[in-house]
Amino acid sequence: MSLSGRLVSGALLWVACLLPVSAATPVVHEYRLENGLELRVLPDHRAPVVTSQVWYRVGSADEPGGSTGLSHALEHMMFKGTQTLPPGAFSRVIAEHGGRENAFTSRDYTAYFQTLAPEHLEIAFRLEADRMRSLKLDAGEFAREIEVIKEERRLRTEDDPEARLNELFQATAFVSNGYHHPVIGWMADLDHMRVEDLRAWYARHYAPNNAILVVVGDVEPQAVLGLAKKYFGALPSGELPSRRLRRDTAQDGERRVVLRAPAKLPSLLMGYKVPTLVEAPESWEPYALEVLSGVLDGGEAARFANRLVRTGLAAGAGAGYDPMAREGGLFILGGTPSEGVEPLKLEQALRGEIERLRNEPVDPAELSRVKAQVLAQDIFGRDSNFYQAMRIGIAETVGLGAASLDAYLAGIEAVTREQVQAVARKYLIDDHLTVARLDPLPMDVSARPVASAQGGTFHAR
Amino acid sequence: MLANLLKNRRAFAGVWFALLLFPLVSVAAPRIEHWTTPQGVPVYFVRSDSLPMVDVRLLFDAGSARDGATPGLAQLTGSLLSEGADGQSAETLARGFEDVGAQFSAGVSQDSAYLSLRSLSDKARLASALDGLARILRAPDFPEDAFVRERDRQLLAIRARAQSPGEVADEAFMSALFGTHPYAHPVDGNAVSVGALTRDQVRAFHQRHYTTGTALIALVGALDRVQAEALAERLAGSLPKGEALPALPPVLPLDTSRRIDVPFPAQQASILIGQPGIARLDPDYFPLYVGNHILGGSGFSSRLVSTIREERGLAYSVYSYFMPMRQAGPFQMGMQTKLAQGEMAIGLLEADLKRFIAEGPSEEELAHARKNILGGFALRLDSNRKLVENIAAIGYLGLPLDYLDRYRDRVAAVTREDIKRAFAKHLRPETMVTVVVGGPQATEQGDAQGKQP
Repeated sequence: MSLSGRLVSGALLWVACLLPVSAATPVVHEYRLENGLELRVLPDHRAPVVTSQVWYRVGSADEPGGSTGLSHALEHMMFKGTQTLPPGAFSRVIAEHGGRENAFTSRDYTAYFQTLAPEHLEIAFRLEADRMRSLKLDAGEFAREIEVIKEERRLRTEDDPEARLNELFQATAFVSNGYHHPVIGWMADLDHMRVEDLRAWYARHYAPNNAILVVVGDVEPQAVLGLAKKYFGALPSGELPSRRLRRDTAQDGERRVVLRAPAKLPSLLMGYKVPTLVEAPESWEPYALEVLSGVLDGGEAARFANRLVRTGLAAGAGAGYDPMAREGGLFILGGTPSEGVEPLKLEQALRGEIERLRNEPVDPAELSRVKAQVLAQDIFGRDSNFYQAMRIGIAETVGLGAASLDAYLAGIEAVTREQVQAVARKYLIDDHLTVARLDPLPMDVSARPVASAQGGTFHAR
Repeated sequence: MLANLLKNRRAFAGVWFALLLFPLVSVAAPRIEHWTTPQGVPVYFVRSDSLPMVDVRLLFDAGSARDGATPGLAQLTGSLLSEGADGQSAETLARGFEDVGAQFSAGVSQDSAYLSLRSLSDKARLASALDGLARILRAPDFPEDAFVRERDRQLLAIRARAQSPGEVADEAFMSALFGTHPYAHPVDGNAVSVGALTRDQVRAFHQRHYTTGTALIALVGALDRVQAEALAERLAGSLPKGEALPALPPVLPLDTSRRIDVPFPAQQASILIGQPGIARLDPDYFPLYVGNHILGGSGFSSRLVSTIREERGLAYSVYSYFMPMRQAGPFQMGMQTKLAQGEMAIGLLEADLKRFIAEGPSEEELAHARKNILGGFALRLDSNRKLVENIAAIGYLGLPLDYLDRYRDRVAAVTREDIKRAFAKHLRPETMVTVVVGGPQATEQGDAQGKQP
């Protein structure tokens, strides 16, 4: 939950020095086409495979109130035909060439990917270029697909009490920025969504000058550049809205919220407002927070495993932090209390761990362990093209740039015990805290009929 | 956290799980080296020098199918291995791995238990990581306090399953398919059984199931053959000597259809339909694999996705798969849809399956599936992690060493008639189990319990 999510493939000389077996240092090649499309290529010749990803600088956080879920719904519709290709053709053509493809939407970006043999990269480019400006957005297709999306929401959120708790938690922690609402959108907004809304969203955000093409695998950068020019080069740029950076309303006091839902186990989520790499008063602070999360939850030797789980207090406990969130960070703690332990007691223990970080510097052995893990994970991460492409795409779409990844290892390496204590003191304070608790209700169906989602909201039942 | 932030367009649809093994198309299959250590433990090794790292994967015949009369025992034993060993505490063991950046994990499935270690390959770090692994193999201590705590955590995990409609459906489905066969119960067991487990039972289970007679070692990474042999010998030498276990009993086919409705406070009906399928070494593996790819195993190219999602918008995820295990694993179709649409969806799934068994795929569908499977091979083995999982599975299931080299020809040779014949032979629409979780009514239709030896 903590460090593994955010590591990069940067190249630093001292890495090679530390490792007796030298790891070839990966270099990201950067290009920009005349129409504004950004291209990033990372050659990796370990297997005859390439991952191609198109990232758009638009995500759920860009959506206005009442229209939540637009980015994700548009992502679904991107497979439903263009002016020249029928619905489903994209997936069929990629499959025929032995490829895999899919897409994902997050708060800060929407991304589409194909993984295939390098000789077929051209096919992926042709199809992606086609749907970048020529999507059909047929009303009949939308009418069916929006039902699929509602089923997705029922599956992932409505029928999962922990997911509902997380949604409520985020909505409570973030008040006025784009992280207030869930990526998939509120059910009520999905009920009201129209294909015209998607057409406007597409016209506004899908253009070469709002996209980054990331290619990682068994390819040569110059050849990829040639292909990119051939297929994307002729696409016209669009007039883009300036992408606002919405800061959340300052939090001046602890917030507490409870979800009562049919469930078997209580659950707890706690989050402190913190800065991220996108915007931090001091550039070292996000790295110190990363190290701090590793001290708490960076494996079985970390504090949570020893002090919360092995003491019998928690059945599970975790800490995590996304240092690349664009509109603001949340340092999250959470857990499930052991049988017979009140959630309040677990909350006090979690707060106690934070208190301890504020009061005393971490042990030098803890600090060096976290750094060793980050260093190793940097090598392990290179075992996956997809993971490497993800890092690049995220860094680009949140505005940090692929080159910033090179600074990551050095940033972690430079963190001191005093800095870890300093960020704990500065940010992990009660006034910045949101606490969400799941109180289980009996799961007896007849005793508590489930409200229909029809026209209802997240809070309905 | 990342996973929570992403909304995938597709769920995990129609996957052949860890047993996906594909032939190389344009490049040679990775060379699998195989030998047996002096202690008698088989080793499977692929050298990969491009990154300074090593993956070690050990499999043991210690899965939940070996639970006997005490469901959950294999799982509890597996989770206790690293909670203290050879006199070192859990924390000390964990430090030994994490101080050098190594990642250790262990887990249990029905057919096997695994221990996995990923480490940088330089001498000092690798040695430190291997030292911890060797201790865990040699002498787990099963401390009393850890035993009580992990048992309690397992009991809580069992309770947590009951708040997930998918997990509830799985449990009912496997129980109906496998009756008294050891595949019938969940890997982590049930509350009654786990609550009664003792530390002596764990010790006894470990003694019998984690030995030179039940182990397999898979290695991938920056090692030469001499280093790999030394490493394997050291790990095998840490294991207690022991014997192989007798084969699991075969799975009997169902003799009647059953419909099980489980009441659940949910907006969706979680639907599973299926019956016992095939064992991994069944000669019909290839026609069934290719055929299922077309029926419901290939995401957006499959018939079920077309019928349920693309044409009607009834579900986000719909799939079918065979999960071949050492004995016959399940064949299943699954989906979730809002409660009012449940019966319609079941009718559509059943009709698609019946039609596929009766008519098989079209030539065009078969050609498409072939292209996808053959062309996608390299994607299945494009990382050290995938490689080590695959070669461990090849060894454990008893597949031939040239399996990867021959795979392509065997897929290419599958005909429409092969698929029709194999589906007709292995699947009987008149004896399907149908599980529906969600909604207010509890009903059970069908006239007999599944019979198993």
